[in-house]
Amino acid sequence: MAESLVRVESVSHTFPAPEGGKEVLALDAIDMEIRQGEMVAFIGPSGCGKSTLLNVIGGMIAPTSGAALVSGQAVRGPLPKQIAYIFQESALLPWATVLDNIKVGLEFQGVPKDERGPIASAALKSVGLEAFAASYPHQLSGGMKQRVALARALSLRTDILLMDEPFAALDEQTRMIFGEDLSRLLASERKTIILVTHSLAEAVLLADRIFVFTSRPGRIKAVLTIDEPHPRTPDFMTSQRFSELRNELYELLRDEVLAAIGNDRQGLS
Amino acid sequence: MSGAAAGVSGGVTERLSRRGRRLSLLTKLAVFAALMVLWHLLTVTEIISPFFLPQPMAVMTVFWRILSTGRALPDLGVTFFEFAVAGPIAVLTGVVAGYLISMTRYSTVVLEPVISSLYAIPIIIFYPISVMALGIGPESKIAHGALFGFFPICLNTIQGFSGVDAIYLRMARSTGATKAQLLRRILIPAAAPTILGGVRLGLMLCFLAIIGGETIASLEGLGHRIVWYAEGMQMVNMFAYMVFVILIATAMNACLSLLELRRRGG
Ligand SMILES: Nc1ncnc2c1ncn2[C@@H]1O[C@H](COP(=O)(O)OP(=O)(O)OP(=O)(O)O)[C@@H](O)[C@H]1O
Ligand SMILES: [Mg+2]
Repeated sequence: MAESLVRVESVSHTFPAPEGGKEVLALDAIDMEIRQGEMVAFIGPSGCGKSTLLNVIGGMIAPTSGAALVSGQAVRGPLPKQIAYIFQESALLPWATVLDNIKVGLEFQGVPKDERGPIASAALKSVGLEAFAASYPHQLSGGMKQRVALARALSLRTDILLMDEPFAALDEQTRMIFGEDLSRLLASERKTIILVTHSLAEAVLLADRIFVFTSRPGRIKAVLTIDEPHPRTPDFMTSQRFSELRNELYELLRDEVLAAIGNDRQGLS
Repeated sequence: MSGAAAGVSGGVTERLSRRGRRLSLLTKLAVFAALMVLWHLLTVTEIISPFFLPQPMAVMTVFWRILSTGRALPDLGVTFFEFAVAGPIAVLTGVVAGYLISMTRYSTVVLEPVISSLYAIPIIIFYPISVMALGIGPESKIAHGALFGFFPICLNTIQGFSGVDAIYLRMARSTGATKAQLLRRILIPAAAPTILGGVRLGLMLCFLAIIGGETIASLEGLGHRIVWYAEGMQMVNMFAYMVFVILIATAMNACLSLLELRRRGG
């Protein structure tokens, strides 16, 4: 078995109190290990701390206590050479062409100027959008924008890819097609991926392991293993096993979602 | 955020296609021609006394004579010089101050309302001080023009830089952008349209303030000449100089709009 690439060691995080409110304990002593080449999904009720944990791993937030480790080193800030992000919105710069959007990431990462063009073109090709290199983001559909965001992340050639609800803004059909594409791409790229999602089907389709979070403060309630090789096909999606796994996941989540709604109601009154 | 910024961020022309733009140019010319015809009719029929409103043809003839004999050059030169100094001062100080203020959230929250409320003061009331301190020459107009132009430019710069979507900043941080890269690749392009909107308004106000200053207290300049002819009851000459000012202002606005459009990628 491959060794763990990402380790989370009793990470807790408290957000300072907003004016007049009380401070928010977003994460409560989380432990996890993610192996090289593994694809994991975080799923849990809204506000349970999934994004927070992703940002701790990515070095965008320093946790109040505990630590995230990447390749055995404690994370102290963004690691642009090891970790790439795909955000919920595509985060494409509207004033730059599709190709320039990919190149700007490479520039920030420190790739020499003459290498950026070829790398960016190749990345664009891998998501099938080479014909749109000179287009501007507003000329693309939502799904295409997210593919460009995926191309930008892939072009950075990091070992780790963090995705925070990358399909959230897409319609159901587009997300599923995108999901299949992603599964195929990832099978060939062998990246370590953490995907935050609200979609049960997406989690089962894409993940090797699914971390189910409790309602806030976020803890790991259960870890579901999906023992199915990548790339996963539409056949898997229509199989009996897929439905069973999906239902099992739903059972685990249901109570937490109800608890979370209760929490929020209390917060309101 | 500020009322000033909301009013100036971009014209509507940007949404038109090339053909639509040509059509809109035609429409504008048609409106202009209609106004000229109306002016002509009103004066020929003497519905308005030619004493107050001379005939357009007469004005154009004098305008042309002033232009061809170079008689307007000294006044034009003075006004142009004042603007050529005051305009860049307003842009430079406005953009630099706006950028510095936008650098921290604290200074933005504290200082933006201060600048906003200073902007709401009718700045013209400071003009007498300006004349007392700097004299009746170009210096007082330059100071006044720069002061007028400063506020919208500064306010829009603050708004432009502090309004940059956090998602771009996160993208830049996660990919390891340096401070300089962040400024050059994200902050400046994101803020540019709003800043340019402020620059446009600021330069127009600067020009307005200079002409206004010249009409109030001056011995030279286009604004002074207009008042001078008005006091001498030489309406045709006065209108000829007014045409000058209108042409300059319109040309300036057109140039700045063009600049804004090009920044937006058409
Ligand atoms: N910058 C912040 N300041 C204060 N509180 C925050 C901040 N970011 C998140 N929180 C709080 O921390 C908790 C966890 O937030 P987080 O964004 O990690 O949730 P999430 O699981 O990603 O939710 P969702 O599924 O809705 O995206 C929430 O209650 C949220 O209100
Ligand atoms: Mg989230």
